Amino acid sequence: MSANQLTLWYLAASILFILALKGLSSPVMARRGNLFGMVGMGIAVLVTLAVVSRGNLAAILLAMLVGGSIGAFVARRVEMTQMPELVAAMHSLVGMAAVLIAIAAVNNPGAFGVAAPLPTGNKLELFIGTFVGAITFSGSVIAFGKLAGLGKKFRLFSSAPIVFPGQHWLNLTIGLVMIGFGVAFFLSPEQAWVPFIVMTGLAFMLGFLVIIPIGGADMPVVISMLNSYSGWAAAGIGFSLNNAMLIIAGSLVGSSGAILSYIMCKAMNRSFISVILGGFGAEEGAAAGGAEQKAVKSGSAEDASFMMQNAESVVIVPGYGLAVARAQHAVKEMAQMLAAKGVNVRFAIHPVAGRMPGHMNVLLAEAEVPYEQVFEMEDINGEMNTTDVVLVLGANDVVNPLAYEKGSPIYGMPIIDVHKARTVLVNKRSMAAGYAGLDNPLFYMDKTMMVFGDAKKVVEDIVKSMH
Amino acid sequence: MGGSLDPTVLNIVVFVLAVFVGYHVIWNVTPALHTPLMSVTNAISSVIIVGAILAAAPNETDFGAVLGIIAVGLASVNVAGGFLVTQRMLAMFKKKQK
Repeated sequence: MSANQLTLWYLAASILFILALKGLSSPVMARRGNLFGMVGMGIAVLVTLAVVSRGNLAAILLAMLVGGSIGAFVARRVEMTQMPELVAAMHSLVGMAAVLIAIAAVNNPGAFGVAAPLPTGNKLELFIGTFVGAITFSGSVIAFGKLAGLGKKFRLFSSAPIVFPGQHWLNLTIGLVMIGFGVAFFLSPEQAWVPFIVMTGLAFMLGFLVIIPIGGADMPVVISMLNSYSGWAAAGIGFSLNNAMLIIAGSLVGSSGAILSYIMCKAMNRSFISVILGGFGAEEGAAAGGAEQKAVKSGSAEDASFMMQNAESVVIVPGYGLAVARAQHAVKEMAQMLAAKGVNVRFAIHPVAGRMPGHMNVLLAEAEVPYEQVFEMEDINGEMNTTDVVLVLGANDVVNPLAYEKGSPIYGMPIIDVHKARTVLVNKRSMAAGYAGLDNPLFYMDKTMMVFGDAKKVVEDIVKSMH
Repeated sequence: MGGSLDPTVLNIVVFVLAVFVGYHVIWNVTPALHTPLMSVTNAISSVIIVGAILAAAPNETDFGAVLGIIAVGLASVNVAGGFLVTQRMLAMFKKKQK
């Protein structure tokens, strides 16, 4: 196959990738879009294999078989509640692959049809692709550990922010030194292994250090950011190999992750920089612990059940607590029973509920909650004041009315206005403060009733009492 | 104006256009599908496997080729895992059955 033909096939694959993303504009089109994506990938891999049909083909096919089987196995077995961890793990693989390819390119540019020694322009791009890939890898490993709850065993993966004095200066210094070595690699006329390796090593370190101070509930931003990085790493590699398809695919992914990060930051009313610098919730958390005890009304699952059955409209607000308790199926059953009794049941989803963008939607979809019942925050907030009962399941900061009070740390954050509903039921495991470390005035309102306990247990009890 | 076109310039053209397309396509993605978006973009970024295949197949096998083969393996996990898990998730988004 000629280089021209190859490039045209790559063009076809690129278009299919764009269609795959375009399909996600509605659940109906999305599955077809995903098929387009698969076909695109198939084309990309097959035509590339056709070009290299010489030595090592057997080893390549074996690696694809082994890797593909692992991927397929994991994809089939993973639970929907574990999706954030899975995505983080997959980002790390892209990052690592980018680094390995970059090393191979420094070692033997000829294998990629690039002139040897590497032209200066390609070196610059290779340097960028490598350090972005390395940061993606180590950052994703930490994010994976935090999301998978490995913090109990290894403090490194603690979901609480790990902060120490001089942290940001250390990171900045490492970053600058890393770039310095990158420039040295770029400027040296020959294969410059030493600066390349030092730079890559520092980038790995930087990835770890940048993610450890970021706490669990900021993970939607982190995971979107790493998603973006994995795309930029692929694009960087595409630049150094002069491969347009890699550039296109990488840029699509890069912009997707960047837009998601932006949406997540906006939903928390925090700047990207403040999230990345981390440490949020580390100090305020201690302060909230000392707050005076105020009286809350608490009730049983039966009370909650009674109130919901007698309501005309119920809005359920799921949060991370629902994912932890894996309560999605129980919630679906409850919603179905309420609907059967003539109650108008809807779900309200905050953009940062859970640990990754769209986390709650996937859990509800898994439990077969029809998506017509699932509303985004801005679409349902206007109807909160005519809602009879709101049931908050394991969410806290996203329904905290302090967001309307000037001077509070979450001032300006868009929230689901559950405090406007006639009655509010809040399920939580305990009175512990949320991620932001803030007390929540919602819990002390006259119309609020707390239902303490594990989300799944409580919802199952509600279902039982409805029979 | 004359001389040959530097491939880097062409790469930049492609890059800028692709970011532009990405920007417009992604803003149209419905928030409910943000998780499948992440998993499918993951699968798409593992098109880096193309680079890995090239790295794995030079005329003489050396340590670069070995790294390439490892990279092929890693990227394959994502290619299969990313698309299949997306498919699985998307299959869950159904309309109400009546």
